[in-house]
Amino acid sequence: MTKKQKKLLQRITAAAILFAAGMLLSLFAETSDYIIFALFGISYIIIGWDIIWKAFCNIRQGEAFDENFLMTVATAGAFILGEYSEGVAVMLFYQIGEWFQSYAVSRSRQSITALMDIRPDYANVERDGELVQVDPDEVAVGEIITVKPGERVPIDGKIISGRSALDTSALTGESLPREVEEGMEVISGCINQTGILKIKTTKEFGESTVAKILDLVENSSEKKARSENFITRFAKFYTPIVVFAALLLATIPPYVLNEPFSGWIYRALTFLVISCPCALVISIPLSFFGGIGGASKCGVLVKGSNYLEALADTETVVFDKTGTLTKGSFAVTSIKPVGMTKAELLELAAYAEDYSNHPISLSIKRAYGKDIKHGMIKNIEEIAGHGVRAIIGGQTVLCGNGKLMQREKINYTPCTEAGTVIYAAVDGKFAGYILIEDEVKADAAAAIKMLKTCGVRETVMLTGDSDAVGQKIAKRLGLDRAFTQLLPADKVEHVERLLEALHKRSNRGKLAFVGDGINDAPVLARADVGIAMGALGSDAAIEAADIVLMTDEPSKIAAAIKIARKTLGIVRQNIIFAIGIKIAVLALGALGYASMWAAVFADVGVSVIAILNAVRALNVNKYKKEQARAAAVKSSITPAAEAA
Amino acid sequence: MKKSVKLIDLDCANCAAKIEDAVKKIDGVTNASVSFMAQKMTLEAPDDKFAQVLDEAVKLINKIEPDVTVKA
Repeated sequence: MTKKQKKLLQRITAAAILFAAGMLLSLFAETSDYIIFALFGISYIIIGWDIIWKAFCNIRQGEAFDENFLMTVATAGAFILGEYSEGVAVMLFYQIGEWFQSYAVSRSRQSITALMDIRPDYANVERDGELVQVDPDEVAVGEIITVKPGERVPIDGKIISGRSALDTSALTGESLPREVEEGMEVISGCINQTGILKIKTTKEFGESTVAKILDLVENSSEKKARSENFITRFAKFYTPIVVFAALLLATIPPYVLNEPFSGWIYRALTFLVISCPCALVISIPLSFFGGIGGASKCGVLVKGSNYLEALADTETVVFDKTGTLTKGSFAVTSIKPVGMTKAELLELAAYAEDYSNHPISLSIKRAYGKDIKHGMIKNIEEIAGHGVRAIIGGQTVLCGNGKLMQREKINYTPCTEAGTVIYAAVDGKFAGYILIEDEVKADAAAAIKMLKTCGVRETVMLTGDSDAVGQKIAKRLGLDRAFTQLLPADKVEHVERLLEALHKRSNRGKLAFVGDGINDAPVLARADVGIAMGALGSDAAIEAADIVLMTDEPSKIAAAIKIARKTLGIVRQNIIFAIGIKIAVLALGALGYASMWAAVFADVGVSVIAILNAVRALNVNKYKKEQARAAAVKSSITPAAEAA
Repeated sequence: MKKSVKLIDLDCANCAAKIEDAVKKIDGVTNASVSFMAQKMTLEAPDDKFAQVLDEAVKLINKIEPDVTVKA
């Protein structure tokens, strides 16, 4: 509790005791009216003096429709009408509501900032032969910092000695620690768990991942959502209209109906109590803040409430292929031997490709996985653009593409599958082929399925890859459409066309583009929502995107959409609930059925309930677990499974 | 120039909206945004006028919500 909250709580307690005493005396004891009036009066002054004072100040500045003024008029009016207890009660409950609001908001602020509590306090730097703790800001690029177990990596850099496990959960939502060793890049914000690391910094603190992320989160509430703007605009009109209605209610009906003023003035006063817009205005930013906080718990950074809102309306999701749905690394996915076993063919190919560092050769050697006895390989001859010829264990082995087979007049069966194919022949006889493909991410298919179940109508893939490869992957993952053989500029054009088609068919529908953020900045910018993934350590992606996925799991997109939907649901509930109750109580009040107690409920009660509802947005455990399950599922086409 | 200042004890969302509105209307302000949840105000104004604009904004804030303390 802050000092201000404590003080207010003391005043509330004191005023409540006096108020209760006054109520008891007036109900059960023969006490003179003066004593009761004094009790209520003192209670009123204790609880309401600051409101009255603020109202007075604001009137002098010409600000009439201010909640302090409205409360003062309503409660003072009740006193004048002789309704002392109601006058005090309204003020008392108003202040209880204020206290609760302030408390709830500061609590949820704390829980969100605790979530993002990744700011390192110091860095250990060696200066003049001694290890000293300095502010991370003071460390220059290229200096050596030491990170002990339990400490946070303060600045991005490269490990020059030591090995350890890093806890990245604060950044990625990933609970599994990451193993790191000499030569690997590390990003700031992770917690070092086991060993001492010496790191050579590659960036200044201000440019480091942790600073970028903090900056992004801190500024996220600057970009306001449509519903947030709607409610502030609504509040601007709502209060004057209700106050004006109160004025009419106090003056016209008594004349027209020839009734006493006091009853109608009482009704008008209930209007003034309900006219405060706070319940409406407070719950909306609180919900969005909760949603953004909840998303960051799952490793999804949202740059503004407006993007969360757009994400909730997403109907089309466009993916870049490489790096987004696929890993962007080659792997052996199929081995089709002729006249030998799979293991034998793989071994031959691995030996033949031994000399090469080409990604394709590397993927074959990785699939083979055993040590290669270099002594067995002789007379390696590279045939440029075709492949390789070598003598392995006395046999002449050819390994390469279809052109090599034709050139060497090998009678081979061409492979019909899409992908990169390596044919092999032994002593002039065809030995089969190995298919190499860009690996699909383990959770890619699950991610597409999750998107469909959470209401995304269209999933599209854009790729620069060949049509055969692109269509094959699109089919395997269950994407609706794939556009292939695109140049980077074509991607923008396709997204524009998809946007046009989407907006023709739906008013609210939004298009999200998901890329790895490396060379798709123009497309990220063109889409309604640009999502960059695997952004940990890539500044360009963090800059260009509206939403940043900290890991490279596409299943996080569906989790983010679900969180956005839930948040927007809460926002809508709060708007409808708060406006609905207020209008209902206004109507009842005008007819004389609502007392000031009901009016206080419509003001304070509603805001308390709306705030409690808003805090729900922070709870995302369900989505986090669901996403973790999807990410843990092993892809059905792991190369190891097929190759074995 | 763009700068953000802390608004300590900003407890009322409606006041945040009022402050944002009023600050936007100050002569020389190119953009202003008050974040109720972050208790922060981001102010954008030309460099040469910035100190003066900020001064005026602080005065306005004190007027609208005397409980709030502005901290650079």
